[in-house]
Amino acid sequence: MQILESGIGEMIQPYDLDEFREWNRTKKSRKLTDKRMSEQEAIAQFVYDGCYIGTELYGTVRCPMSLAREVVRQGRKDLRVCGQGVLELDLWLAAGMIKKLDITYIGLEVYGTTAALRRAVESGQVETCVEWSNASISWRMKAAAMGVPFLPTRSMLGTDMLKYSAAKVVADPFTGIKVALLPALILDVAIIHVHRADKHGNCQIEGISGFALEMSRACKRLIISTEEIIPTDEIRKYPDQTMIPYYLVDAVVHAPFGSHPGEMAYVYGRDEPGIKEWVETSKTDEGAREYLDKFIYNLKDHNEYLELIGDKRMKECVKLRERRVA
Amino acid sequence: MNAGEYSKTELMICVASRLFEDGTTCFIGTGIPMLAAMLASKTTAPNLVPVFEFGGTGAILEELPLAVGEARTFHKGISALGICDTMETAQRGFIDYGFLGGAQIDPYGNLNSVTIGDHDHPKARLPGSGGGNDVGTHCWQTIAIMQHDARRFVPKVDFLTTPGFLTGPGARDAAGLPPGTGPIAVVSTLALMDYDPTSCRMRLKALHPGVTVEEVTANTGFELVMPEKIGLNEPPSKEELHLLRDEIDRDRFYI
Repeated sequence: MQILESGIGEMIQPYDLDEFREWNRTKKSRKLTDKRMSEQEAIAQFVYDGCYIGTELYGTVRCPMSLAREVVRQGRKDLRVCGQGVLELDLWLAAGMIKKLDITYIGLEVYGTTAALRRAVESGQVETCVEWSNASISWRMKAAAMGVPFLPTRSMLGTDMLKYSAAKVVADPFTGIKVALLPALILDVAIIHVHRADKHGNCQIEGISGFALEMSRACKRLIISTEEIIPTDEIRKYPDQTMIPYYLVDAVVHAPFGSHPGEMAYVYGRDEPGIKEWVETSKTDEGAREYLDKFIYNLKDHNEYLELIGDKRMKECVKLRERRVA
Repeated sequence: MNAGEYSKTELMICVASRLFEDGTTCFIGTGIPMLAAMLASKTTAPNLVPVFEFGGTGAILEELPLAVGEARTFHKGISALGICDTMETAQRGFIDYGFLGGAQIDPYGNLNSVTIGDHDHPKARLPGSGGGNDVGTHCWQTIAIMQHDARRFVPKVDFLTTPGFLTGPGARDAAGLPPGTGPIAVVSTLALMDYDPTSCRMRLKALHPGVTVEEVTANTGFELVMPEKIGLNEPPSKEELHLLRDEIDRDRFYI
């Protein structure tokens, strides 16, 4: 196939499908073992300096915020990160932990652009930003999940997105139309927050599934945090509800309100003052540091975080949850 | 604000909302497009099917979503799946309209939401494409909603994030973008624009009440195509303002 155009962006995480197959054969147990552990243990064991890591869903929605905070607390550095993010990647940027980005969107949504991203990129602290659209990064994971080297798409054609990505344009060998080939993305580590999991890591998600399906199958190590730990009998009663089967999972961390200050569909809503506190303090480097001290460095773990936030505010969030009504 | 008075943002949202066609599928970006879609669904387009990129389809928009993934994007919805489903639905031609914002727009309707200045040494790093590029690629017709000033309406975008007509007639087809797709309108704080079919350049279509042609040209960093007859947009109705202020954006996130 003749290459018509190549993006100049760095392939931050080159793929090796056969190595991934071998990994899945030898490094991922099929045994139904108890994978529950503390957030400290999970991050210490699986997230390492320089690793390529991703989080799902994003910032204010079913986001593994408690685990994202623990990554900051343990001071991981030189991370190579994919994705879209709001608070979670903003925290990592503010803590100076990100070296390279496969970026789709990092912003504060209703509150606009993020000052933490601006400082980190404009100062050169983040060495590389390789651009992808949201669909493209998801399809890159889908390619890895399928075990194929790339997926063709028409996204990014004709734009600077293609130029600053690591995609390549070719003519479809069957019809001749132009397509951009998106390279498979195999992550070293993924972190996903779910509604319910059993001790083995079988996971159920309510509401939109974002890209949990694709990311969970496109990573070498998968850490799950969950609102609730449920018996395996419950999983087996509703096998159609299992989004992530246990053999993909390496660690299960029990984290009630693990997405706070973001929301969890049908369980709790957004903590708007909590989100605004980051929006306001992160406008300056100093403010961001104070926030990190207050909510991460000065606290031992997620339990202490919940104590700091307090029952009253959590109950307010629960009141604001989405309800199942017709 | 007294009765009958309204802000430029309120007017922009009202004019944009009237562009939604009832019974169509629409990809809704974050921010102002959400307010416009919500207003449309409460007025002229009750059977609108809003699609939000992270998986929400066909929501009844009772409360303003503050994020494209939050529960309000699938409240009483038809389905709550994932981003691959919504994007693949767009890629195979099922999404009629896309409503988008951006930091910069050029005469061909190309949008920028990545960087101001050079990509590798930016003056300002913006959030990035998100789903913007995908929406501008795969939806049949796209509409941009923007504040109108010369910093945003520029001769050339610093970074071409979301494809409009690219460099002009035929450029989308040559690049491999799906045939028959492209931008159809821009709603700004000053006017409604469409595109000249021959040159693919942005054309003034209708002014907002109280806005002059001079004001529009002074706030546009390139030459707009001028039609023989320039229309006038209706001001917000009492009902539209009531819906916007008392139901849609009660907490004043945008208006």
